[in-house]
Amino acid sequence: MEFFRNRFFRQLASSLLNLLPIVTVILVFQILIIQAPVPDAARLLVGMLLVVLGLGFFMQGLEQGLFPIGEAIAHAFARKGSLLWLLIFGFTLGFGTTVAEPALIAIAQQAASIAADGGMISATAAAKASYALGLRITIALSVGFAVMIGVLRIVFGWPLPYVIIAGYCGVILMTLFAPPEVIGIAYDSGGVTTSTITVPLVTALGVGLASAIKGRNPMIDGFGLIAFASLTPMIFVMGYGAFIKWNG
Amino acid sequence: MEWLSHLWATGLGTVRDVLPIAGIILTFQLLVIRKPVANPKRVLTGFVYVLIGIALFLEGLEMALFPLGKLMAQQLTDPVFIGANSVAGHVQWQAYFWVYIFAACIGFSSALAEPSLIAVALKAEEISGGAIKATGLRLAVALGAALGIALGTYRIVTGTALYIYIIAGYIIVIVQTAYSPRVIVGLAYDSGGVTTSTVTVPLVTALGIGLASSVPGRSPLLDGFGLIAFTCLFPIISVLAYSQIAAWRARRVRSV
Repeated sequence: MEFFRNRFFRQLASSLLNLLPIVTVILVFQILIIQAPVPDAARLLVGMLLVVLGLGFFMQGLEQGLFPIGEAIAHAFARKGSLLWLLIFGFTLGFGTTVAEPALIAIAQQAASIAADGGMISATAAAKASYALGLRITIALSVGFAVMIGVLRIVFGWPLPYVIIAGYCGVILMTLFAPPEVIGIAYDSGGVTTSTITVPLVTALGVGLASAIKGRNPMIDGFGLIAFASLTPMIFVMGYGAFIKWNG
Repeated sequence: MEWLSHLWATGLGTVRDVLPIAGIILTFQLLVIRKPVANPKRVLTGFVYVLIGIALFLEGLEMALFPLGKLMAQQLTDPVFIGANSVAGHVQWQAYFWVYIFAACIGFSSALAEPSLIAVALKAEEISGGAIKATGLRLAVALGAALGIALGTYRIVTGTALYIYIIAGYIIVIVQTAYSPRVIVGLAYDSGGVTTSTVTVPLVTALGIGLASSVPGRSPLLDGFGLIAFTCLFPIISVLAYSQIAAWRARRVRSV
């Protein structure tokens, strides 16, 4: 218990250090540039306290829960030797964690308004809702697909740069065909899909796989899953936009 | 006690986010792997800690930083603050000086506070046996995010097409990859997606929408997007550059 307490306090102290820059930036801009007083200092302090506590808990849970379970699953699949199940797991994880992601829901609704304004879809609430839902499913599918490809890459040891460069070419190619209303959202959708819980889990899965499979180096082969997950949504979303435009 | 009920709502929201993940893991664990997890109690408490952590973290951000940060993004991009230039209907990009500085500072500092980046940096330090330092990596990513967001705001002000920047960025990444140490490449590619998470996305989105709605001739709907893409791309470049500089310095030390 003593050990845990010490560790926890160390983690709290480092959380405080991690947050210092952003607090400084906001306060300095508020006081010196905008020259407005800081509203409700008590609220600010309580909020900061919560953030520091939250980050401390998150770090503890990361080392105790998310990282071990991700690696344990990777090792279990590697021992089991069933590539199919591993791919199904990767796809489900990618799809399942993305489809309900709050940031994605927000961006999909915004995207629907843009599409309606641009005349891509009709401006009714129903058309917008179905467009937004289609977009979310497209992005979730693309993340599932990304984790699957990423896992395949680790298993077969394909060099990461080639796969990524192929992805970049895909993005460039799709940009030529995609309607302009969808390009901005497509480019941004790559970034919003990777949430705070997904990232550690997927990272642990990749690193665990790379260390469990003979001939793979966790440093060279273990990373890259997140990179795929932020690349494929761009391609898929532009494809979705083009499809809606030409068939809608 | 109003904030307590708000905290409760945030907590419920977090539970809802974690449930699908927990469900997937449990299903595969029970039906496919069919082997007990080592230390199930410890792992479970770990999950609970993650839940509590994210809920408190989000709640605190909502209470303290987000309102100020979003308000600031609006105030800094306000035509009144920018000055008389915008009245003529033609804005010079130099007028938005403070916006670029703010964008860079927010990019830098929010990347440093990003929990997913901390997670990946710790993992990288662990696997590389300490050859890659978590702090150094995070600083490199934060620098990239700062540069990316500043450039992204400049793009919104000038109204240049987004894809030109992104494709140019890709070309830089490809060239850098050819000259980078192989061990860093995967991590560098990952660092882009990792940066855009809980802290960065809301602040950066507010900045983009604020800017696009105040610059004459920009539409918040069409031009407000793209900042996240910049934040995703530039950390890749900066992390690759960081490793190239480190490798170059190591070579120089050896050759002297």
